[in-house]
Amino acid sequence: MTNLETFRTETRAWLEANCPKEMRSSSNTEQDFCWGGRKWVFTCPAQKQWLEVMAAKGWTVPDWPVAYGGGGLSSEETKILKHEMFKLGCRSPLNSFGIWMLGPALLKFGTEEQKKHYLPQIARGEIRWCQGYSEPGAGSDLVSLQTFGADMGDHWLVNGQKVWTSYADQADWIFCLVRTDKNDKYRGISFLLFDMETKGVTTKPIKLISGSSPFCETFFDDVKVPKHQIVGELNRGWDVAKYLLGHEREMISGGGLGDGLASLGAAHEEVLVQEPMLRAQMAMFDIESMTFRAHSEKFLDEWKSGKAHPAYSNLMKYIGTELNKKRHELIMAVGGSDALEWESEASNQGSKPRSWLRTKANSIEGGTSEVMLNVVAKRILEMPGG
Amino acid sequence: MGINHTEEQNMLKDMVAPFLAENAPIKHLRNLRDTDDKTGFSRPLWKQFAELGLTGILIPETEGGLGLGHVEAGIVLEEIGRNLTPSPFLTTAVAGAEALKNASAEMRGNWYPKIASGDAIIGLAIDESSKHRPQAVELIAERLGNGFRLNGSKQFVLHGHVADVLLVSARTSGATDEEAGISLFAIARDTKGIEVQTDRLVDSQISARIKFENVELNADAIIGDIDCGWVPLQRLLNAGRIGAAAEMLGVGGGAMDITFEYLKTRKQFDHLIGEFQALQHRAAHLYGEMEGARAIVLKAQHLLDDDDSRAELFVAAAKAKAGLAANLAVREGVQMHGGVGMTDEYDIGLYMKRDRALAEFFGDINFQANRVALLNGY
Repeated sequence: MTNLETFRTETRAWLEANCPKEMRSSSNTEQDFCWGGRKWVFTCPAQKQWLEVMAAKGWTVPDWPVAYGGGGLSSEETKILKHEMFKLGCRSPLNSFGIWMLGPALLKFGTEEQKKHYLPQIARGEIRWCQGYSEPGAGSDLVSLQTFGADMGDHWLVNGQKVWTSYADQADWIFCLVRTDKNDKYRGISFLLFDMETKGVTTKPIKLISGSSPFCETFFDDVKVPKHQIVGELNRGWDVAKYLLGHEREMISGGGLGDGLASLGAAHEEVLVQEPMLRAQMAMFDIESMTFRAHSEKFLDEWKSGKAHPAYSNLMKYIGTELNKKRHELIMAVGGSDALEWESEASNQGSKPRSWLRTKANSIEGGTSEVMLNVVAKRILEMPGG
Repeated sequence: MGINHTEEQNMLKDMVAPFLAENAPIKHLRNLRDTDDKTGFSRPLWKQFAELGLTGILIPETEGGLGLGHVEAGIVLEEIGRNLTPSPFLTTAVAGAEALKNASAEMRGNWYPKIASGDAIIGLAIDESSKHRPQAVELIAERLGNGFRLNGSKQFVLHGHVADVLLVSARTSGATDEEAGISLFAIARDTKGIEVQTDRLVDSQISARIKFENVELNADAIIGDIDCGWVPLQRLLNAGRIGAAAEMLGVGGGAMDITFEYLKTRKQFDHLIGEFQALQHRAAHLYGEMEGARAIVLKAQHLLDDDDSRAELFVAAAKAKAGLAANLAVREGVQMHGGVGMTDEYDIGLYMKRDRALAEFFGDINFQANRVALLNGY
């Protein structure tokens, strides 16, 4: 047996022995996902147990170094672990912006002290992070952000407002873009980390068309941030932010993958027999969905071997999010009037229409589709103009 | 192992791309068209294909070929598409050679050496109506003594007028539209009772309508078993579909490249038109479509080479996706070229014509989408 085959066998045995039964069904509601953090209330003891055993093994972040709370696995081993988890139906033990976004940025830009301090907390799900990027006047045009950090010697004094801060009301810490030089648009932004319980921080949820409030407005009024809580160099926070956005795009584009390998049409066979035009649309969607999976597979291979164009994740974000919106349009169409139910037992309190509405943000958050197309045209296709 | 090309596959591309760019660029097609060439492709060029081994690309090494797979055949086809090279490569070296893998050792021994040496051309006589419906076979093969007698007709047989051998689907039992009861035959074109009418197509290739009138065959003309022709026919169709999809990657890619080049050189309103966001967004979207098509074509080629049970599903999806993307490329290409896009002088129109022909070959987007639905169980 090769090493990888041994690893697969051992991993499967370990998962079978350690993944609680309750954690082996697909997650249906937002509460089924574990986000961790100081304020997290576990939905059941099994959720807590699953997080703890996985974190102890370093498998909440399998490919991070062991020294920072990771599993130290190679990319092949990580793939095997994910595949085995998929086959057994194991839920992800921990969903986290710390894992998906901040962690990779800290690994690249953080000091050794920062890595040792923050990464293990992220891996164990002890700190829940939110992202302070957009402002009322700085959405797609993010570099216009105005939140200002005044240099007070041993700390910055931060004043301003952020918007679309995901789960800010439930987060423990924020990674935040703050202007530290008013004279240079790009090279005047710094990347700061601070506790949401710091004096002067307030949050207010925003109610969305889906009825839920995953985003907040966040206000900073004379918030003191110690100098050592900067990631990367002073005024070079834009480099960190861009790197991190690349990871965010990868994550959001994954939404188009839907639930693994299943055909959307196959799940609605009975309806489609009576609806030839819808059946045709489903078939076209299945083709696009298979295409996106093959495209993602190809892209990730190129990305890992360093051959992908640095702006390629913008393209994947565009395609993946548009596909996910299409997917939910079709789920609504197949559901017909049943899928209109907003408050009912049968509809699981309107999970279909709420999800459908939620997906409309996919092509806005993390860079709009239009901005993605701008970037692809200019950086990959090298179209002329400023 | 991923689906991206290996070093060896990149080397094949590095050989084929300059070979075709030098010996069969688009002006080669224009020349054949403008001199009203009656063969439809260049025989000396086909001989050069043979010298490079390409004619035997799918033929096993033990039988005189290169023994390579659909990924490699696709590399050649993409370059053929990019250069719009008129060639019997797809029909003969890919779909035809693949179907013959199910033939008897004697039949393979007869045709494989001639295909590999560039001395035999295969015509695929599998369509009977203007839309591809491979199971709708009405051409009858009756038992006659120890052999068969064929009556019926076929159409859209590319290179059929110069083919040395025709692969013909015929009904030996069952009803029209049934997969069972079809048999596949290899028939020399000069057999008595075969009447060929040639038509030049929109893309300047030459296709044939073929009538079979009391064509008598020996029993050994059959490929595989009687009534079970669907097996080698599926093999032929999968190879043909993924091959056509790979050629469309070249057609769409070539159209896209010259269009992007045009956006970077054409000025209006004192600006390069590529500076306009309306065109940039469409260009970026098109690029994404072509990239996706490339990925799923590669995926399907790999599954086919691995004899994976999902291959047929992915081949159908890949032919559809390549068709969608290449069609977008040629339509956007003509539109973005503006007035000159309508002229014969510019190449973009030639890409549009080849795309239209490839779209129909082995089943169009709607046909493939229907296959995807059926194979997914709805």
